[in-house]
Amino acid sequence: MSAFVEPARMAGHSGMAKGEVLLRVDNVSLSFGGVKAITNISFDIVKGEVRAIIGPNGAGKTSMLNVINGFYHPQEGTIAWRGKVRRKMKPYEAASNGIARTFQNVALFKGMTTLDNIMTGRGLKMKKNFLWQCLHWGPALTEENEHRRKVEEIIDFLEIQAIRKTPVGRLPYGLQKRVELARALAMEPELLLLDEPMAGMNLEEKEDMSRFILDVNQQFGTTIALIEHDMGVVMDLSDRVVVLDYGRKIADGPPDEVQASQDVIDAYLGVPHEH
Amino acid sequence: MLYREAGQYKTSYQSDQAIFPIAQDRWVVWAFVAFAFLVVPFFVNDYWTNAVLLPLLIYGLAALGLNILVGYCGQISLGTGGFMAVGAYASYKLMTSFPEMNMIIVVLLSGGITAAVGSLFGLPSLRIKGFYLAVATLAAQFFLVWVFNKFGWFYNYSMTGQITAPDREVFGFLLTGPSALPWVKYLFCLTLLAVFALIAKNLVRGRLGRNWMAIRDMDIAAELIGVRPLLTKLSAFAVSSFYIGMAGSLLFSVYLGAVEVGEVFGINVSFLVLFMVIIGGLGSIVGSFLGAAFLVLLPIFLKNFMVDGLGMLPTMAKHVEILLMGLLIIFFLIVEPHGLARLWQITKEKLRMWPFPY
Ligand SMILES: Nc1ncnc2c1ncn2[C@@H]1O[C@H](COP(=O)(O)OP(=O)(O)OP(=O)(O)O)[C@@H](O)[C@H]1O
Ligand SMILES: [Mg+2]
Repeated sequence: MSAFVEPARMAGHSGMAKGEVLLRVDNVSLSFGGVKAITNISFDIVKGEVRAIIGPNGAGKTSMLNVINGFYHPQEGTIAWRGKVRRKMKPYEAASNGIARTFQNVALFKGMTTLDNIMTGRGLKMKKNFLWQCLHWGPALTEENEHRRKVEEIIDFLEIQAIRKTPVGRLPYGLQKRVELARALAMEPELLLLDEPMAGMNLEEKEDMSRFILDVNQQFGTTIALIEHDMGVVMDLSDRVVVLDYGRKIADGPPDEVQASQDVIDAYLGVPHEH
Repeated sequence: MLYREAGQYKTSYQSDQAIFPIAQDRWVVWAFVAFAFLVVPFFVNDYWTNAVLLPLLIYGLAALGLNILVGYCGQISLGTGGFMAVGAYASYKLMTSFPEMNMIIVVLLSGGITAAVGSLFGLPSLRIKGFYLAVATLAAQFFLVWVFNKFGWFYNYSMTGQITAPDREVFGFLLTGPSALPWVKYLFCLTLLAVFALIAKNLVRGRLGRNWMAIRDMDIAAELIGVRPLLTKLSAFAVSSFYIGMAGSLLFSVYLGAVEVGEVFGINVSFLVLFMVIIGGLGSIVGSFLGAAFLVLLPIFLKNFMVDGLGMLPTMAKHVEILLMGLLIIFFLIVEPHGLARLWQITKEKLRMWPFPY
C-alpha cells in the first residue's frame, strides 16, 4: 500500500505529538425538547489513538459525534479542540479544522460517481478561484489533476478502482460504506469520526473494513473515533473505549477493562437502573 | 462497429476527464460546431433565423442557466421570466444610456446585473426548500414584472410602456433594429451560446460544480465535508441568473426588438424554460439544448403537420399542442426524469454494443 500522505506534511494539522489530548469534551449535555440525548458527559480523545464509543441503541453515540463536528450545539458544557476551548462551530468550520466523518446511514452524493464523491472531499484543499474554474485550464487544470492523483491513491488504497465511474446510487451497501470512507479520507483529516462503519456488512467486508481502519490509523497517524456495535471489532481495533447508556457515561478505559465492568454488562443485558 | 471505445486508452487524468472522452463523439461535435459556424451563416434567411434558430439559441441559453440551478444545485426556481426581464431591461437602459457601448459588453453587463438580482432572490434558499422555494421565486417573477410595468424610469417613460431596441452594431455590423441581417444575429447568439456552454461545462466538472451537486444530493453531508451552503447556493443562483439574464437581453435586443414585459416575460416563460430543462434532462448540459430544441421545434412541426397536413383549424391545433406538451411533461417526470439526455445516452450505450449486444 502506498502511503499517500505523510502525516507530518498533512495540511491543516496541528503537529501535535502522539498522546497529547486532541479533543476534550467537558460536562456536555444535549437535549431535544424534553428528550435528553446526552447528560453531563466528559471524555477525551488523544492524538493517534482509536477511541471507540459504544453503548446500546439510543444511548447517544451519534448525538455525541454530531456535537463534536458542530452539527448539534450542546446546551451545556464545553469542547476543546487542540487544547483550545472552541466557540460555537459550524459543520463546515469543523471540516476545515480537520474533522471528517462518515454516517450511520450512508450519506453519499447519490447522483455523482465514486470519483466525484471523493473529489468533493478535496474541495477544501482546492484554492483556484472562480475565473480559473470557468476556464478549466492552466492552474485550475493543474490543481484538478494534482487532486485527482491523490484521489486515485485513496481509490487504490481502498481497492475500489473498478467502481470509479459508477454513480454511487447503483452500488451495493458495503461498497457505498467504503466510498464514504474514501470521501472522508480525501479530506486528510486529523480526527476521523466513524459512525458504525461496518453496520450491515458480512464477515468478509467487516474484516476488510477493520484492516482499512487500522491502516489509516497506523500509516497516516489519523486519530479515529469509532462507533461500533460488534464487540469483537471494538476489542480488536480500539485503544480505549467509552461506554454510553441512556445518554450517560458508564465506563471509560481500555477495552478489556471496560468489557469486564459490571455496569457495562448490565447495560447491555438491559438490567433496569435508577435515574 | 463504428462506435467503439476499445483501443482508446487514457494516458492522463486530463484526457480521462475530457468533455468528450470518446474520439467518435469528439469528431461529431467538432463537425457539428464547424457546420453551425461555417456553413449555416451562408444559408440563413429571415424565416429560419426568426422561427427556428434564434429562439433555439436564446432559449438554449436560458435552459442552460436554469439547469445549473435546478439540475445541478437542486434549487427550484419559477422566476425565470422575471430574471429574463431583468436582463432585457438592463440591456435597454444600457443601450439607451451608453449608445457607444459594445453589444457584447451590454449583454455581459445585463447578465451581471441579473446575477446580482438573482442572488438577492436566492437568499431565502438557505432557509426554505422545494415547494416553498418555488413559491418564493414565483413571487420574484410577479414582483419583477410589476416593477418594470410600474416605474417609468425602466422604459424611459415611453408612451406605450414598451421598450424598443435602438440600432446597435457589433464590430461594424448592424446587430439590432429592424434592418439587421439574419446572419449577424445568428452568429452573435451562436458565439455567445458556444462560449458560455463551454464555461458551464467547465464549471460543472470542477470544484464549484461538485459542490453544487453535493448540496443537491445531500446538503447535510456536504456541509460536514466543508461545503458552505449559503455561498454555494448563492453562487448557483448568481451563475444561473447570469445566463438567464443574457438570454433575456438577447431575446429583447436581437430577437424581438421590442418588448412588453407582461406579455414576453410572464409566468408562461418561467414554465416553458423549466419544461425544457425537465424534458431535456436535469443536470445535463446537452440536455438543456435538447430540451430547448424539442420545445421550440415541436410547435412548428405540429403546426405544419396538423394545420397544413391534416387541415385542422389553427385553434384546435393549438389545443392539441398544449395537451401533448402536458402528456410529455408527465411522461418525463414519471418514466425518465433524466430526460432526453438520458435517452440519448442509452442509445449510445446500445450503439457501443452493436451489433454484438453481449
Ligand atoms: N434530531 C433529534 N431530535 C430528537 N431526538 C433525537 C434527535 N437525534 C437523536 N435523538 C434522540 O436522542 C437519543 C440518542 O440518539 P442517538 O442517535 O445519539 O443514539 P445512538 O447511540 O446513536 O443509537 P443507535 O445505536 O441506534 O445509532 C435517542 O433517544 C434519540 O431518539
Ligand atoms: Mg447512532
